[in-house]
Amino acid sequence: MFETLSDRLTSVFSSLRGKGRLSEEDINATAREIRLALLEADVALPVVREFISRVKERARGEEVSKALNPAQQVIKIVNEELVEILGGETRQVRFAKNPPTVIMLAGLQGAGKTTLAGKLAKWLSDDRNTPLLVAADLQRPNAVTQLQVVGERAGTPVFAPQPGNGVGDPVSVARESIEHARRNNHNVVIIDTAGRLGVDTEMMQQAADIRDAVSPDEILFVVDAMIGQDAVNTAQAFLDGVGYDAVALTKLDGDARGGAALSIRHLTGRPIMFASTGEKLEDFDLFHPDRMASRILDMGDVLTLIEQAQRTFDEAEVEKMASTMASDDDFTLDDFLQQMAMVRKLGPIGNLLGMMPGMGQMRDQIEGIDDKDLDRIQAIIQSMTPGERANPKMINGSRRLRIANGSGTQVSDVNGLVTRFFEAQKMMRKMKSGGGMPGMPGMPGTGGGNKKKAKAQAKKAKKGKQRSGNPLKARQQEAEREAERKRRQEEGGQEMPQLPPGLGGGQPNLPPGLGGPNMPDLSNFKLPKK
Amino acid sequence: MDITLLVSIIVVVALLAVGGFFLVRTRRSVTPGKEETKPEVTGEPEEAAPEEDRERDAGTVGTPPAHAPPAEEAAPAPAEPAAPEIETPPPSAGRMVRLRARLARSQSSFGQGLLTLLSAKTLDEDTWEEIEDTLITADIGVTSATQIVENLRTRVKVLGTRDTEEVRGLLREELLNQIGADADRAVRTEPHSGRPAVIMVVGVNGTGKTTTTGKLARALVGDGRSVVLGAADTFRAAATEQLQTWGGRVGAPVVRKEEGADPASVAFDAVARGIEDGADTVIIDTAGRLHTKTGLMDELGKVKRVVEKKSQVDEVLLVLDATTGQNGLRQARVFAEVVNVTGIALTKLDGTAKGGIIVQVQRELGVPVKLVGLGEGPDDLAPFDPEVFVDAILG
Repeated sequence: MFETLSDRLTSVFSSLRGKGRLSEEDINATAREIRLALLEADVALPVVREFISRVKERARGEEVSKALNPAQQVIKIVNEELVEILGGETRQVRFAKNPPTVIMLAGLQGAGKTTLAGKLAKWLSDDRNTPLLVAADLQRPNAVTQLQVVGERAGTPVFAPQPGNGVGDPVSVARESIEHARRNNHNVVIIDTAGRLGVDTEMMQQAADIRDAVSPDEILFVVDAMIGQDAVNTAQAFLDGVGYDAVALTKLDGDARGGAALSIRHLTGRPIMFASTGEKLEDFDLFHPDRMASRILDMGDVLTLIEQAQRTFDEAEVEKMASTMASDDDFTLDDFLQQMAMVRKLGPIGNLLGMMPGMGQMRDQIEGIDDKDLDRIQAIIQSMTPGERANPKMINGSRRLRIANGSGTQVSDVNGLVTRFFEAQKMMRKMKSGGGMPGMPGMPGTGGGNKKKAKAQAKKAKKGKQRSGNPLKARQQEAEREAERKRRQEEGGQEMPQLPPGLGGGQPNLPPGLGGPNMPDLSNFKLPKK
Repeated sequence: MDITLLVSIIVVVALLAVGGFFLVRTRRSVTPGKEETKPEVTGEPEEAAPEEDRERDAGTVGTPPAHAPPAEEAAPAPAEPAAPEIETPPPSAGRMVRLRARLARSQSSFGQGLLTLLSAKTLDEDTWEEIEDTLITADIGVTSATQIVENLRTRVKVLGTRDTEEVRGLLREELLNQIGADADRAVRTEPHSGRPAVIMVVGVNGTGKTTTTGKLARALVGDGRSVVLGAADTFRAAATEQLQTWGGRVGAPVVRKEEGADPASVAFDAVARGIEDGADTVIIDTAGRLHTKTGLMDELGKVKRVVEKKSQVDEVLLVLDATTGQNGLRQARVFAEVVNVTGIALTKLDGTAKGGIIVQVQRELGVPVKLVGLGEGPDDLAPFDPEVFVDAILG
């Protein structure tokens, strides 16, 4: 279940090590794995078939058999093909020559049209437009009220002459709204229609009537990222029934892989324009094809992870986190507890790990983690005294028993935690001294330039830190040595007067300017040369 | 900022992954305890079984047989507080006919496809593959589809059948097996020991929780029950009003609070009100939440815990959208973990979607589908009948 495409392919290719090139059989095995991955991501079957045949074609070509690492190469091909299908020209909203620009939303029930309408209005008004929301969903109970509340939150007026709940004619509402917008100087009109099924001819006709009444400049097909194989039928039905110019993908903040995006794009040729990624009105943006590609393949999505982190943490928290990482102090259980709490804010731990590239080898262990285990760890650590947390080595048998009783766990759990923590600590030390991250294999060579850049930057940053860390240490040591020298000198200085004058030798003859103060200067000067 | 963030997050997550080592160990030592809790879960339905038998006699949503006369007599009863035009919803009888009709309309192409495949004279490799593909197209999932086809192949081989009718029968059986024909599918709506049955409706956004809640209330009122609704969706704009509309139509009181109120307190009040009024059933509608949002899932767990202080929660219905793909399994898994889902309501089955994801959910979690939503009409809710479902699929 949790296996990613890259894990699967790696296992397929692991048997080929040493072989110079890919045989037909190898390619078929690869194709099977890709097919499975795509199907599990809810890409529609016909699309998968066509896609596979294209990938096979390319995999037979020179580029793969000559590559050093065929697995990586195949993944790269798959990724490129995906981005190509998903991408194409990124489209902006087409504004009408004579305002108002009319945008109509259509889709299944529960796809998120009303919420999207609010988000779109907010997004447009942030761009200095003056949108008007039109409540043409008179079907669902209180859809009109919902749009009014959403409109209020988005700071956008709502045109709702009909109360809804099955009363009123959406077509005339839509028609009137255009007039209304013209009179009140709205340059964009967003029409929220009722959710409807592709097979419901009556409702489809109604949608077509609304379309004909207002002749929209953009019809957006709103679709849930969680949709399965039915995406194809629905997309086609809406294309035949109302027609649409672009697609808006909602609920991308879940962990659905969103293969529907690929299916719809591939079958209808309509671009995906917007992605909606949360419950807040600001969680809305243009669609990024390259990120979607990695997501469909479940290849880890560092960019999304960073974005999510940025949304969740404020700068101070991040700085604090980074400073613990960079500091020379040993990593303590307290730090661990703190950071665990922060990371947990980002969502279930399994999800996070899914977003990290190259975590494949750890997947087996990861699969066993659920958030309740983390709760248990937290309980164990919190049952320790501050002293124990700072210095876990002091935790002896009786302390272990106390901790276990305090946290409602077994002594063996505490044992496990402590021993494993030492391992983690060791790892941290290694990392700080520049050993890199053990068990963290390199990222797969995929995901477009962005990721690579990010990685390169990360590397640089790490290296920078290491370099700056060592001189710091060196300086500190110097300072210590210096202080010691000073102390010795001072001691020496104190001793001198006690020396009998006869033994003092030339000392008293020295000019006053060349006393104690001169010596430290000298040593200071010499030290760097050492 | 980006870079430090990236580095530090990777480090922490990697650390936690190393942490995973000790977690695995911890787990092992904890397993016996976990196993102990499991039988409890499975034990629950057993305890409740006699109750359901009673229910069947009473003619709940859980059972198709008609008890029309009592419904008509009883329907005016809850009418005292609400508006004058309270509708008398039809009882649950006849819902199955509608299910059959709808399924026949929307899904025949799938069945037809299978039939043509199966009626081919020779069942060769390509045919099997195509059968598998057809199953996959119904969102049944690669693993389940493969297993169904494997089993079917073995049985065809063993029995030496080439007859289309027989193979079709085998496929039907196989599908039924996968869906689990013997699972207990009655919704526990019967009051027990003087307390109303408490039903919680949960699910991700936009699957139709509020609508299902409304329809279920209506069906229960139609069967002569008194129902209290709890509008614990205090997050989405106008969700309370939506439920209010549903409740108002059938005269069921709706316990609600202002937007942004603590859903747990609303749920608690609803149950308290249900006990006070001596109602038969309390249905709590919760806000849609994506299963990936830990905070919201914790909130849901809290709602359940708080309700349990007042009365046991008899039924947790997870509302799944039939259009949902493989993500449905993940949703079900997380929700089951947080609130121990006891049944599934499969909605939007009136479209072209087949809802095959329930096969996987049932297989992995053993949670049966109990209700199906068949459209926007107020009475478009029916009990799930696996045989009808499979028959309709096969055409």
